[in-house]
Amino acid sequence: MKEKSQINGELQTNEELQTNNELHMNKNEDKKKGFFSKLVIGLSKTRDNLIGGVENVLNSFITIDEEFYEELEEALIMADLGVNTVLKVIEDLRVKVKEQKLTSTEEVRELLKNELKSLMLVNEDAYDFVDQKTVLLVIGVNGVGKTTTIGKLSNQYKLAGKTVMLAAADTFRAAAIDQLKVWANRSGVPLIAQSENSDPGAVVYDAIQSAKAKNTDILICDTAGRLHNKKNLMDELHKIYRIIEREYPAAHKEVLLVLDSTTGQNAVQQAKLFKETADITGVVLTKLDGTAKGGIAIAIQSELKLPVKYIGVGEGIDDLRPFDSNDFIDALFNIT
Amino acid sequence: MAFESLSDRFQNIFSGLRKKGKLSEADVKAAMREVKMALLEADVNFKVVKQFVNSVKERAVGVEVMESLTPGQQVIKIVNEEMIKLMGDDNQDLTFSKEPPTIYMMVGLQGAGKTTSSAKIAGLLKKKGKNPLLVAGDIYRPAAVKQLQVVGEQLDVPVFEMGTNNKPVDIAKAAIEYGKKNNNDVIIIDTAGRLHIDEKMMGELVEIKEQVKPFQILLVVDSMTGQDAVNVAESFNNQLEIDGVILTKLDGDTRGGAALSVKAVTGKPIKFACVGEKLTDVEVFHSDRMASRILGMGDVLTLIEKASENIDEAKAKEMERKLRKAEFTFDDFLDQMQQLKSMGSINDLLGMIPGMGKQMKNVQIDDKEIAKMEAMILSMTNEERANPDLINPSRKKRIATGSGNDIGAVNRFIKQFHQSKQMMKQMGGMMKGKKGRNGMMNLPF
Repeated sequence: MKEKSQINGELQTNEELQTNNELHMNKNEDKKKGFFSKLVIGLSKTRDNLIGGVENVLNSFITIDEEFYEELEEALIMADLGVNTVLKVIEDLRVKVKEQKLTSTEEVRELLKNELKSLMLVNEDAYDFVDQKTVLLVIGVNGVGKTTTIGKLSNQYKLAGKTVMLAAADTFRAAAIDQLKVWANRSGVPLIAQSENSDPGAVVYDAIQSAKAKNTDILICDTAGRLHNKKNLMDELHKIYRIIEREYPAAHKEVLLVLDSTTGQNAVQQAKLFKETADITGVVLTKLDGTAKGGIAIAIQSELKLPVKYIGVGEGIDDLRPFDSNDFIDALFNIT
Repeated sequence: MAFESLSDRFQNIFSGLRKKGKLSEADVKAAMREVKMALLEADVNFKVVKQFVNSVKERAVGVEVMESLTPGQQVIKIVNEEMIKLMGDDNQDLTFSKEPPTIYMMVGLQGAGKTTSSAKIAGLLKKKGKNPLLVAGDIYRPAAVKQLQVVGEQLDVPVFEMGTNNKPVDIAKAAIEYGKKNNNDVIIIDTAGRLHIDEKMMGELVEIKEQVKPFQILLVVDSMTGQDAVNVAESFNNQLEIDGVILTKLDGDTRGGAALSVKAVTGKPIKFACVGEKLTDVEVFHSDRMASRILGMGDVLTLIEKASENIDEAKAKEMERKLRKAEFTFDDFLDQMQQLKSMGSINDLLGMIPGMGKQMKNVQIDDKEIAKMEAMILSMTNEERANPDLINPSRKKRIATGSGNDIGAVNRFIKQFHQSKQMMKQMGGMMKGKKGRNGMMNLPF
């Protein structure tokens, strides 16, 4: 058994797998249009990698034995799910395989799929904030794509007929305000900004007053990237959050943590500490169009119950999409 | 906290393996399982872990266990040495081409920190008496040119830009001409972030490389990168033949396994580590610090090192006894602070110390604060240092004046000292409770 799987693993290079998947996809493309197939195409790289491994394992084993579980474990670790989450997933799988007396790896595949789906469930009301008066605070460490995410979101909300305003509360990084300005112009939404190095809390305060006065639907606040272990910067973020709570209690507070999908296990730590600072309501998983597996989202959902609400699958302005766990896991495994 | 479970597991190896003699296969296997988990949790790529663990296994079996170590510690010692060796044991500084200008080209994924790193390197070069020129080659990300201009101004380093309507390769070529005319002996080309699988964008870099023939191409890698680090590094290296790596955002609390992955798949040296948001927060990469960080065993490694150097065990025992009995003095405190300081940032160190995670989670210690504390201790008499209870208000006043602090600061410090003494006493007790191991394991530092 081991021989077989190893040979398989070595012979099927990434390239071959990719062509295989592309063939599959071309066939499907014609049949399935719209969001679902778009997601599949966007996620194709992710799929190759995450399930390239998992599929490999599922295909190269006939019987469910120790070896099989070990290989499956490895494949999931390679997808950045993290050791703890993987151990938990595999443990659950073992128990259920025994309970349901499953004997084929094909059945295990369905089971695993359902396990991951149930882990990644997003509440139905996750996007209700779009139809309310909302202050949307975007937070995260440096370089994950906060400003770009805001640019894309503002465009989408605007197109959906909402009035949108941006607050340039990243007053620290060089030219961050200018970067947001470009996005504001692209989507044609107003921007509230002060000079560089001004107090971000003051910017948010101003923006809230302005949003209230103009009866703006969604106010999106950009913040400076900060590493979660810097106490003073996290305190600053907490202050911004408190200002929003105090100055606009009537508004829905949506706090999106932006995570780079190439990030490894540290993302869990990021989510934990940011959560202590502001009440995170969702996660944005960016840069999923690379070869990164984004499996860390599964770890975060499982450990911290933070739902992924949007995923970024490209540089285009509408390459930021709402996240759907069913579609996501289905797309990751296969479609047929 | 991740650190806790991890260090606990390591403690278990030590208590599990007690016998001496040569390392048996079973010893090595047991220890390596934990090492494997530690590396995976630190984001070292799975394949790299497998390879690494296998090669270390081979080396370790049959090795004589040193008198002062347990078999488990002996294995960790070998692991640590091998890791340092793998990540490159010679300090990598910037080198220059024989004929100026020396051209550096910065490449990497989006958000890795290329622009900031470019500026930091320019700052380093300026300090060395060079006359660097920064080149704004990122025409895609909104305001990227502006960002480079702002940081350039902060450093007083010229920035060459041609807006966003020219091809990056043309900007690079024009910049070289400009640099030659203006006596810039080093030219640093910032490029746009791009995915390693984006053929068109990667082609652009290849074109720049062919046209301006950079002396070195540096890949900028976010130290928080997960399993994908190998794909990124391999891909950039295959297409561009990089010369070195800059590791960014190391001031976070990531264990940074990406460093090992990147080095393993490219074989290229990690030259610099970026450790903060200030433009001066860049340092030469230290593979030994990185190894202990990836292994996540802070003090364990230090202890192993010390134990294998045969440092006076009696002295260590004495310190341990002092700690447990809370006879800890200002002299000891000063001693430990100075030892710690030579090892890097206090905050990072605290985070790495097994068992300290919980207690220290909300304690932020500024390195400046440490300097202040040092000054206060140095302003004490020998008697005061040895016997902290001696310090009365008038002595406090003298200490305050002597160290350039106000009396409130002195009061706070003395209170803190007593608190940490108490904490160490508790920790001593805690660790004793877990028993086993040789005496030195009970030291908090």
